[in-house]
Amino acid sequence: MKVSKEVRDIAEEILRQGQVGGVLGLSSEHGHVGPHLFSSTDDLGTLVLEPRYMLAKVCRMILADFPGERLGVVARGCDERALIEMAKLGQVDLSRLDLIGVACSEAQARECACPHPYPRRIDVGEPVQGVAFADTECAQQASEQDLVARQAFWTHAFSRCIKCYGCRNVCPVCICAECSLEDASWVARGKISPEISFHLIRAFHVADKCVGCGACDAACPVDIPLTRLYAQMREKMKEMFGYEIGLDVTNKSPLTTTLEEAPLHGL
Amino acid sequence: MDYRTVLTTCPYCGSGCGMYLPVLNGKLGEPIPAKTHPLSQGRLCIKGWSAHEHVASHDRLTKPLVKTGSGFKETTWDEALDLVVTRLLELRDRHGPDSLAFLVSAKCTNEENYLQQKLARAVFGTNNVDHCARL
Ligand code: SF4
Ligand code: SF4
Repeated sequence: MKVSKEVRDIAEEILRQGQVGGVLGLSSEHGHVGPHLFSSTDDLGTLVLEPRYMLAKVCRMILADFPGERLGVVARGCDERALIEMAKLGQVDLSRLDLIGVACSEAQARECACPHPYPRRIDVGEPVQGVAFADTECAQQASEQDLVARQAFWTHAFSRCIKCYGCRNVCPVCICAECSLEDASWVARGKISPEISFHLIRAFHVADKCVGCGACDAACPVDIPLTRLYAQMREKMKEMFGYEIGLDVTNKSPLTTTLEEAPLHGL
Repeated sequence: MDYRTVLTTCPYCGSGCGMYLPVLNGKLGEPIPAKTHPLSQGRLCIKGWSAHEHVASHDRLTKPLVKTGSGFKETTWDEALDLVVTRLLELRDRHGPDSLAFLVSAKCTNEENYLQQKLARAVFGTNNVDHCARL
């Protein structure tokens, strides 16, 4: 509660300065919490911080629709990483955003297996240590189970997929106007559960962008632990290219550069 | 800057999942599943995810259509409802109340469905009430 109060105070200050068209955050009304654009200091009493919603995607849409305006946003580490990834893709102009940086608690960091549970500038909260890949369920599974067991685990998990596209819809870095997952040459229409390729296409498409926000896991009606799969891809990007996602806007993805620009280790 | 989210219920089935409909600059956007909803808990099926699409669809009917000998004809709600009432009464009087059947829908609220069965039983005198989920 103390933390929400601190965020409210900063949001109030930003709104008073009058530089932004509004501050994007979460509002609790009618017993429910959802994204909300606070445009006056009078509304701020309903601002809360949980449950977490991925706000970066909403940010991108608001900035695109109001090209001349600045926007304030309550941002956790994952929101900021997603915004940085979108900026790399030319989807967001970071200079038009005023971030209110919120550090996540240790419990939250553990829940998300988050490697960076805080944004670059922390306005509210204390930074806690991120969860190292070696300590995640994903790494444990990789070391404890052989290939056959892992394949059986994922085949079973994917067999539950009802193809709701929720994982793609909530993902802040899934931004293509035309999605391969809707292209009948890749994904057969009317077939549930989809082929495993549905999930592998998505995994490859977010391999150099997934910021580990966990929004896809949270949106999946059948509890497929998607981030466990993507965390492995992220770890591979680090091992092979020394590339870390979402930290530095000038650091371009090695998948969009040549091998000379970004050498592949071991080649 | 104009961005609002409106808390609502998915219109597609009886589960009634919770969602926010975002309105950006007057335009309706893709639903945001409500994480605090006790039933759906931040998840939707593909129908819920697409619940906004028909609103601005070119194929959307915006006026009632009456089927005539030479195809469908646009009309007003008043005329359409008058026609429904006249024809229902005619059929009841000529063939009896059980010549009619009333279909209710998962897309309506409990209360609307209640009113519909009340209309069937108390006004027209038939128990022929069924639901789209059984078809
Ligand atoms: S793939 Fe999942 S965890 Fe990764 S950025 Fe998208 S929604 Fe977040
Ligand atoms: S959210 Fe889950 S069920 Fe829906 S498409 Fe993604 S993996 Fe399948």
